[in-house]
Amino acid sequence: MESLFIAAPYTGYVYPNETVFPWSVLIVVYPYLTGLVAGAFTVSSLYQVFGFERLRPVAHFALLSSLCLMIFVPTPLLLHLGHAERAFNALLTPHLTSAMAMFGYISAFYVLLLMLENWFVFRPYIVEQAQKRRGLPGLVYRVASLGSNDVSEKAMRYDRKWIFALAVIGIPAAHGLHGYVGFVFGSLKSREWWSSDLMPVIFLFSAIISGTALLIVLYVVSCWLRKVRIDLACLKGMGYAMWGFMMFALVLEGVEFGALVYRGREGIDVIMEFVAGPLIVPFFILQFAVGAVTPILMLSYLFWRGTGGTPLAVGIVVSAVLVMFSVLMMRYNVVIGGQEIAKTGKGLLTFQFEFFGRDGILAAASVLVAPLILLSVVVRFLPPWHDPVAP
Amino acid sequence: MKKEDPVEPRSGRRSFMGLLGAAVGSAGIAVAAETVSHEAVAASAAGEPRSVAKPKIPGYDWSEHQWAFGVDATKCIGCLRCVEACKTENDVAGDAHHFRTWVERYVTLEGEDKARIDSQADPVNIAASGSEKEYRFANRYKDAKVEKAFFVPKLCNHCTHPACVQVCPTGATFKTADGVVLIDHTYCIGCQYCVQACPYGARFFNAEKQVTDKCTWCYHRITKGLLPACVEVCPTSARVFGDRNDKESPISLFIKENRVQVLRRETGNAPNVFYVGIDKEVV
Repeated sequence: MESLFIAAPYTGYVYPNETVFPWSVLIVVYPYLTGLVAGAFTVSSLYQVFGFERLRPVAHFALLSSLCLMIFVPTPLLLHLGHAERAFNALLTPHLTSAMAMFGYISAFYVLLLMLENWFVFRPYIVEQAQKRRGLPGLVYRVASLGSNDVSEKAMRYDRKWIFALAVIGIPAAHGLHGYVGFVFGSLKSREWWSSDLMPVIFLFSAIISGTALLIVLYVVSCWLRKVRIDLACLKGMGYAMWGFMMFALVLEGVEFGALVYRGREGIDVIMEFVAGPLIVPFFILQFAVGAVTPILMLSYLFWRGTGGTPLAVGIVVSAVLVMFSVLMMRYNVVIGGQEIAKTGKGLLTFQFEFFGRDGILAAASVLVAPLILLSVVVRFLPPWHDPVAP
Repeated sequence: MKKEDPVEPRSGRRSFMGLLGAAVGSAGIAVAAETVSHEAVAASAAGEPRSVAKPKIPGYDWSEHQWAFGVDATKCIGCLRCVEACKTENDVAGDAHHFRTWVERYVTLEGEDKARIDSQADPVNIAASGSEKEYRFANRYKDAKVEKAFFVPKLCNHCTHPACVQVCPTGATFKTADGVVLIDHTYCIGCQYCVQACPYGARFFNAEKQVTDKCTWCYHRITKGLLPACVEVCPTSARVFGDRNDKESPISLFIKENRVQVLRRETGNAPNVFYVGIDKEVV
C-alpha cells in the first residue's frame, strides 16, 4: 500500500510529530493567489478611485482578472483539507476566535463585491450584446443583464457612482483579505519564523507587487495575441507602481528579519543556521537576488535612462516575470521555510516535494494555471480592452 | 479498545444553529447570537466551561472533576511501555512519526555543554527496535562518558488557554468542563491549523481518518474511573494522573509536595501537565 505520509529528514532535535509537514505547496499557492487578487484590484482601483488615467487600458482587465483569480482562491484550501466536504462547517458554525473561520465570510463578501463591480463595469456591453445577439449567446447576455437594459446617460451616471463606491469599499476588502492571510501566519506563537506583527503588512505589499506584475505580463501577452499596439504609458505606469511598492516590501522584509535577529530570542541559533544554509538558494539567490534586486536595478536603469519603445516593454515584462517569481518564492520561504525550522528550536527539517498526489506540485501548478484559463475564456464574452486608437 | 471519544460536543453548535435559524431576517437576533458566542469564548479563555452540554456518560458528571497530569522525570527509565500502551489503546498509527505520547532522552556528555536529544523518530532508535511499530532507545552512548542523562515523557498539555482550540475554524477541537482538550473527529475538517498552532508538537494528522489527532488523557477511560493507559502501565510511577478537585488525589499531592514546572510558560497557554526533575534544556 502506498504510504499515507512523507516523513521529512531532519538534523538536531525535532518533535516526532513534526517530521510530517502539516502544510504543503498548496498552502504556498493559496496566499500567492490571494495576493494576485489584491494586487490586480489595486491596479484597477488606482484608475477607478484615484484617477490614474494612464492605467485606463488595463483597469477593466484588472478587475476581471481579480474576479477570475478570486474564484479559484478557495481551491488550494479545499484540496488541502482532509475533509473538504465539511468545509462549510467553518461557515455554518464558525469558531469566532479562529482567523481561518473568518476567511469564508471575508472571501464570500469580496467575491460578491467583485461580481457586482464587474457587472456594473460591463453592463453597457452586456446590454448591447443582449439586444444584438440571438440564440444561446444572446440568452446568456440577456440573463447576465438581469433585465436592466437602461443605458441612458442618467443610468450610466448612476452606474459610475456604484462603480466608484464598490471600488472604494473594495480597497479595504481586498487588502483586508490579504492582510488577514498574513495574520493567519503572523499570529501563531508556536513558530518564531512566522510570529511577527509585520507579517500582514509584508504580505500586503508583496501582494500588490505580484498583482501588478501579473497584469503587466497579461496585458503585454494579450496585446501580442490580439496584435494591438502596447500602450507604453500604461505599461510604464504599472512599472512605476511595481517599482515603488517593491521598495516598501523590501524595506519591510529587511526590518522584520533584522528585528528577528536583533531580538535573538531562544532558537535564534537554529534560525541563523537555517538562514546560512538551506535558505541561501531559495531566499538569497532566488527570492532576493534574482527576483527582487535584479528587477529593481533593471527598472531603475530603464526609468533613469528614459528608455522607450520595445526595450522598455521588454525590460518591464522581464522585471515583472522576475517579481512574480520572487513573490512566489517569498510565499514558499514563509510557508515551507517556517515549517522547516522545528518548534523545538533545536533542529531543522527538510521539506520533501511530492509531484503527483493531492498535495503535490502538479495540483498546485494546476490551481495556479486554472484562473488564467478561465480569464482567457471570460475575456471573449466580456472584452475589457481599451486600446489606444492606432495612429 | 475504544476508538471514539464518548463526548457529544455539538449541542453548543446546535444551539448556535438554532439561534442562526431564528435570526433569519432579523439582524437584532443575529447580534444576540454573536453576544452569546462571545460570552462562550470569554468563558473558554478564562478556563471556564463553555456552553457545551454535558456528555451522556453514565455515572459521570464532568462538572465534578478537574483533571491534571504529572510527570516525575527523575523516575522515568525510558522503557517506552507508555508509548506502546498509548498506541495500542488509542489505535495510533504504528510508525515513528505519529505519537499521542513520546519520550525524549537528554544526554550531556563529558566536555559538552549542550544536551544531545533524541526520541522515537530518530533513525538510530528506529534501527535499534528493528521496526517502526516497536520503540526502543538505542544504546548509543554505551562507550561515551555521560555526565548527565534523563528522560522526559511528553504528551498533550491540555492547556487552560489552548492555542489549538483558539485557531480551530469550526470548533471541532474544544476544551471540556473537566479540563481536557478533545477533538470531534466527525466535525474536524482536517485543515491542520491546530497542528501548526500547538507549540509542543503534540498534534498530528491522522492520515487514515484525515483528521487531526492527539492525546485525550484516555478520556474514554478516565470517565469510567480508570487511569490513562500510559499511567496504568508505567512501571516506575513516573506518570501521575488525577482530579485536582480531590485534594488527596495523586496529582493534587504531586503538585503540593513538589516544586513543579510547566513547559513553555511564555506562550501563555497555561499547560496542565506538571513536571518535576526537568532541566533547562528541555524543549
